[in-house]
Amino acid sequence: MPLDQTLVGRSFPPTDPYEVTREAVADFVAATGDRYDGGPAPATFPIVLAFDAMQAFLDNEGLALHRIVHGEQRFAYERPVEVGDTLVATLTVSSLRQIGGNDIIGTTSALTAPDGSLVCTAHATLVHRGEEDA
Amino acid sequence: MTAFETGQVLDAHTFTVTREDLVRYAHASGDHNPIHQDEEVARSVGLPGVIAHGMYTMALVARAVREWTDGGEVREIGCKFTNPVVVPAEGGAELRVLGTVKGVSHEDDGAHVVTLGLEVTSGGSKVLGMPRAVVRVAPGA
Repeated sequence: MPLDQTLVGRSFPPTDPYEVTREAVADFVAATGDRYDGGPAPATFPIVLAFDAMQAFLDNEGLALHRIVHGEQRFAYERPVEVGDTLVATLTVSSLRQIGGNDIIGTTSALTAPDGSLVCTAHATLVHRGEEDA
Repeated sequence: MTAFETGQVLDAHTFTVTREDLVRYAHASGDHNPIHQDEEVARSVGLPGVIAHGMYTMALVARAVREWTDGGEVREIGCKFTNPVVVPAEGGAELRVLGTVKGVSHEDDGAHVVTLGLEVTSGGSKVLGMPRAVVRVAPGA
């Protein structure tokens, strides 16, 4: 069941507000074998929110996470993410192609602060692997 | 810190990625996709085995960038995930991150904005497509 082109341009509701805690940043840094000693969150930390937005999108479309492979990811910052920030991510489907039974889904998640200001834009290409035996 | 110059090649960073690292990263990031934990699930969707989260590879790249620029402010970072990093149950996968300065521009306050071209390999094969980062390095840093 290929995804429908009418998805393109559609925005999904914002994620629940996420507070960036020192613990969450320290865990993220520790997972890369490093130690957090203050300052902004690591450059790829916003994936935590972007992933929530993606998961809600997948659930909405009935797509299974284990069939998703990440094709591309890009973060463009307006300002660094700091401990104490409360952010929401709003996902928009920017493109959709079907290649060899796979759906190639382009998404853009805008991470915004409570005053509505844009902090970071996360662009992701998701590859949904079709059923080989379908 | 010494100033960055176009063409400058930065010291390579090497990381070993183990299954335990992937479990730890899954908890830290919230990405519990079983293809990063479970051999059977990974193979069922046509993957060669358990693979690292693309975002884990990218997090390690960001760590290298942070160290090269002494905590410079990342304005942009991105890549394509062109080849999976297959992580065996024993030992782990080696990841090598190379960086080259592709361009340097100057801001009014004296900061430098450095564009880094990267090359990320595992077992001698490139795993990321066109990885790059744009970083603002504060004056006097």
